[in-house]
Amino acid sequence: MPKGIAVDKQKRLKAHAAMSDTDLLLTITIVVFFLLYLSAVFFLGGSFTKPQNFLNILNNNASLIVLSCGMSIVMITGGIDISVGAVTCLVCMTSAVNLERQGGNILTVILIGLGIGLAFGVVQGFLVAHLGIQPFIISLAGMFFAKGMTTIVSKEPVRVTNEGFLAVKDARITVPGLGAPNKLGVYIPAYVEVGVIVALVVVVLLFCMLRWTKLGRAFYAVGGNNQSANMLGINVRRTKFLAHVLCSVLAGLGGILYFLHVGSGDVANGAGDEMNAIASSIIGGTLLTGGVGNVVGTFFGVLSLNTIKRIVSSLGFDEAWWSNITVAAMLCLFLVIQSIVLLRKNKK
Amino acid sequence: MQEGAVLEMRGICKYFPGVRALQDVDFTLREGEIHALMGENGAGKSTLIKVLTGVYPKDGGEVHIKGIEGAAVIRSPQDAQNAGISTVYQAITLCPNLTVAENMYIGRTKGAMTNWRAMNSGAGKILESLGIPASPQQQLGSCSIAVQQMVAIARAVDMECKVLILDEPTSSLDEQEVVKLFGLMRDLQSKGVGIIFVTHFLEQVYEVCDRITVLRDGQLVGEYVIEDLPRVQLVSKMLGKELDDMADIKGESGGTAISQEGAPVLEAQGLCSSAGIKPFDFSIRKGEVNGFTGLLGSGRSECVRAIFGADHVTSGTVKMDGKEVKIRKPLDAMKQGIGYLPEDRKGDGIVGDLSVRENIILAYQVMKGAFRPISRAQAEAFADNYIELLEIKTASADTPIKSLSGGNQQKCILARWLLTDPKYLILDEPTRGIDIGTKIEIQKLVLKLAEKGKSVTFISSEIDEMLRTCSRLLVMRDRKLVGELNGEDLTQTKIMATIAGGDEE
Repeated sequence: MPKGIAVDKQKRLKAHAAMSDTDLLLTITIVVFFLLYLSAVFFLGGSFTKPQNFLNILNNNASLIVLSCGMSIVMITGGIDISVGAVTCLVCMTSAVNLERQGGNILTVILIGLGIGLAFGVVQGFLVAHLGIQPFIISLAGMFFAKGMTTIVSKEPVRVTNEGFLAVKDARITVPGLGAPNKLGVYIPAYVEVGVIVALVVVVLLFCMLRWTKLGRAFYAVGGNNQSANMLGINVRRTKFLAHVLCSVLAGLGGILYFLHVGSGDVANGAGDEMNAIASSIIGGTLLTGGVGNVVGTFFGVLSLNTIKRIVSSLGFDEAWWSNITVAAMLCLFLVIQSIVLLRKNKK
Repeated sequence: MQEGAVLEMRGICKYFPGVRALQDVDFTLREGEIHALMGENGAGKSTLIKVLTGVYPKDGGEVHIKGIEGAAVIRSPQDAQNAGISTVYQAITLCPNLTVAENMYIGRTKGAMTNWRAMNSGAGKILESLGIPASPQQQLGSCSIAVQQMVAIARAVDMECKVLILDEPTSSLDEQEVVKLFGLMRDLQSKGVGIIFVTHFLEQVYEVCDRITVLRDGQLVGEYVIEDLPRVQLVSKMLGKELDDMADIKGESGGTAISQEGAPVLEAQGLCSSAGIKPFDFSIRKGEVNGFTGLLGSGRSECVRAIFGADHVTSGTVKMDGKEVKIRKPLDAMKQGIGYLPEDRKGDGIVGDLSVRENIILAYQVMKGAFRPISRAQAEAFADNYIELLEIKTASADTPIKSLSGGNQQKCILARWLLTDPKYLILDEPTRGIDIGTKIEIQKLVLKLAEKGKSVTFISSEIDEMLRTCSRLLVMRDRKLVGELNGEDLTQTKIMATIAGGDEE
């Protein structure tokens, strides 16, 4: 073989090795988010120029970030879980009732949230992994069940007055250097809520888990081709089971964060969040076909989704349908960009 | 257990609905031995291997492995790996979305963490020592099929195994890669690893193997030392009958003479597709059998895919019966009376979960259009007719096609296209991975079709098979059409010379 060709081949190999599908989609997501936010800062100005505006996106969506990460993991294994919104709602209501009527405290709330999540995860995971039932159908049943249970726990909204809880709920963690003076010229420091810290920790932990643990890689392998994964010596059933358990436990945690943000139990809590989580995962570069995705992308997916909502409402289109239509357009745009990029890459 | 044996299987039985896939089969593998497992399609080779590796549960019998007391319990591929059995399957069983290195190590490392650095450097060393042109960090899906297969082999080789199973590993490798693989196998052999080698290439069996076990119809025919079993006898044992003269099938049909005179059915000029082949001219006459030949990856399949519209055609014109036609997608080609039997049986050909009958009538239904359904009785008649005609071995026409063996799946797809009564049929590697008996049947069928006035383009990796069936060969090299051979030029040496392109340098 002539030397030139050999060198050329090596170069080509390197170029190929540079980026996996997952990393490529992650890059797209991050770039698009920054473009989106920066263009809002430049063209709309106003509140977008204030750091607190950005931090409020985090404050309002800590729960969604956690839910979406769980959703991404299930989607990476090739499944889906549409019960997460209803589980969030059930956790909120149960926690509120526990605090108000049963004399619970923060600790019992945490136990309730994670316990409910674990229970949903174990049942759904077992049915999906060991009986081979479609995850969509199982989690649909789970969704109805959680909604029903919520109403049984309480029909009326429950407002929380527990002081220990409210102290945590209203705790503001200031971010140094990002504050801005208000209209009266008083310096208001920028802050995030406790939930945001939890959500960020979850994102980092899950990122590491997916990247550096065998379980994390098994999620990708199962999503890539579950028969092959089986032949490669991966326990496919256990992997799917754990993905569903993880997703539901994160839904429970998301429920706690939601509760911590709104401070009440209501049957409308978390409504539609399963769809927001799916949308965020997709925008974040998770493929519905499985095997490709990243929780950091999902994090930026949540941010992009809510940035676009904010942009729409700041333009004066306050009604819900405008934001829905914009989100729809954005989802389509992302899917188109992703499929074009992947097609071009794999053609080479 | 026998002295020196690493693996003993006794009285293995396996039943599928309506089919006795394995019946009381014994198999013994000794230390440092390369043992060929031979048999026709549906003889039970793949089933035996899948039982051994825990993919299928067995319905009877015992497996003994050296170093394990009593009968070994193998319920899953993980169990098999732990027992020291590593396997390279015929179809690539790796994950395309993971990197090359991950595919080599996943599922067999200790601890809960993934050590990327160790994995990448380890994989890099193995890839280099085997001369596999891939980078450890590369996503597997971006490698060619042959490289993916080599990665699967590299994975199996790197495991500290007592038994290595190679199930048709050479079907997607070119000659150099096969030589490399054989070197590797002998290396392992000298280290005392027992190797089970499943292949359809007789030459390869006689090149590397020490012993042969022959299966037929799910039963053991016998175990032989290679020196005691000449090729002809091996073939007759596999088929269970004396072999008719394979060399003479073309002579019987006399199809060559007709092909020179018939009117051109299809003419293509400057055809070029997005798959990266150089523009080429092509024509075929009524009743002619011609073929594309060349090394793996030389663009043989890409040419016929361009003709059929399976890849995006970027330039060129196609004339059918002298009239210019536009073929943009496979349906256009089908409407023009072109049938195409694809190379990748699993991906492009069969619909695994549908029954044999549904798979057979699929293309015919598409041709008729979705609003003119084929009646049940008619569909049954068609299916039964072709099952009988092509001797498809299936429990019934309602069996899901995925439970059939490779050769029988291939016959079903062939039946699918024959049912649409095409003027021109393209067969891309129709005999790959299937047994000699079926191969000859398919070759004969091709010549019979030509006699009836159909035109056939035939692609095969085996040159003598091409010589037996084709009256004209188009030679591809590096994605370019480099020569056309017919008449007296159709000899093995001439073809080899054209493929190699020696005379230009």
